[in-house]
Amino acid sequence: MTRRGFVTGAGAVAAQGHGHGGGHEHEHQAVPSDLTLRVKALESLLVEKGLVDRAALDALVDTYEHKVGPRNGARVVARAWVDPAYKQRLLTDSTAAIAELGYGGQQGEYMVVVENTPKVHNLVVCTLCSCYPWPVLGLPPVWYKSAPYRSRAVIDPRGVVREFGLELPEDVDVRVWDSTAEIRYLVLPERPAGTEQLSEDRLAALVTRDAMIGVAKVTVPKAGGQR
Amino acid sequence: MNGVHDMGGMHGMGPIQYEKNEPVFHARWEGRVLALTRAIGAWRKWNIDAGRYQIEQIPAADYLRMSYYEKWFTRLVELMVKHGLVTHAEVESGKRAKGSPKATPALTPAMVAPLVSNWKSATGRDVRLAPSFKVGQRVRARNINPPGHTRLPRYARGKLGTIDRDHGVYVFPDTNAQFLGEKPQHVYSVLFAARELWGAEAAPRDSVYLDLWDDYLEPA
Repeated sequence: MTRRGFVTGAGAVAAQGHGHGGGHEHEHQAVPSDLTLRVKALESLLVEKGLVDRAALDALVDTYEHKVGPRNGARVVARAWVDPAYKQRLLTDSTAAIAELGYGGQQGEYMVVVENTPKVHNLVVCTLCSCYPWPVLGLPPVWYKSAPYRSRAVIDPRGVVREFGLELPEDVDVRVWDSTAEIRYLVLPERPAGTEQLSEDRLAALVTRDAMIGVAKVTVPKAGGQR
Repeated sequence: MNGVHDMGGMHGMGPIQYEKNEPVFHARWEGRVLALTRAIGAWRKWNIDAGRYQIEQIPAADYLRMSYYEKWFTRLVELMVKHGLVTHAEVESGKRAKGSPKATPALTPAMVAPLVSNWKSATGRDVRLAPSFKVGQRVRARNINPPGHTRLPRYARGKLGTIDRDHGVYVFPDTNAQFLGEKPQHVYSVLFAARELWGAEAAPRDSVYLDLWDDYLEPA
């Protein structure tokens, strides 16, 4: 059987799933009736052959759904905001400083943290595939892995972040980090003004995934509001 | 390979589609494909570079059409067949071939937690090797067009940059992806001015950093 035998069918349906925006699930629901069955069949086969342990698969799914995610990275950022010595370690030996908080592992073995300042804005991309710092951000969102982001982040980073609602002044240096090797990048966003009184936990709650990729800034929700 | 996966700098891919409160997986099968890929990866029949190369070999039109985990599913089947873990006939029938031996899973549930806490990388190499370039040195990315796997994107080839930092020694993807040896060498963060990459229209102070191996670079 040729490779095409595996890829036709489901792929053709996905092609019609463009305009996601609000209807993103549409693309994913339109594809898989076929894939649902094929993946299920493959899993059964691999279990039957003794190649995989179903309990290990369950543990993997649970891990990536519930145990890693941007809350980890947010804790790293908040610690750096309140503890200058930690911030120094984070910027000089990022992997070790992140490990101090208990985070590490696959797709985060070699970490580099890059700092945003009033004059420098960092943006992370993987133009060649989907490299992303899993231990601190979890699995990447669909847009990060998509052709529009991957193609344009390096040639038009200002236009890209503008699509996310962020306008960067001309006098700010924009630095794009294309993750072409095994080094993974995390942006240390600027601490927003007016947060001097907040605890580390409250600060961590403000930090978003998007700010740690570099397509947004960390903002403080309006009084009483919850974003 | 000069494939469609190497899309840095391309136009025409449309607007970025942002989904608010995006779930980790959009359907159960996506999570299962990720888990199967990790669990089968534990057999160490191939490496991360071979895995990327396999996805790059999906025909361009399919690559652009398929969803992310659909590409992963395609890759998993292709690599398992190629490395003798399953046959196409087994995948199609969903049944183990008669008389084929039953294995013991390489990845146990107890091994899952360390994957996300203190996994030792399969790509960094703790060997002493003299770097070919120094921090601050001007370099040119080579103009190479290998038909196989490479991590030197087209948009940087032939361009002038500056070594910004030395990340240490890693296996070389171009050979590792095809099981032609690890060829460990230094990887550097190389700074390219946006104007060097994209011309005078680019913002004067902007830059792009790429992580590039010794073999991708020459002195400038």
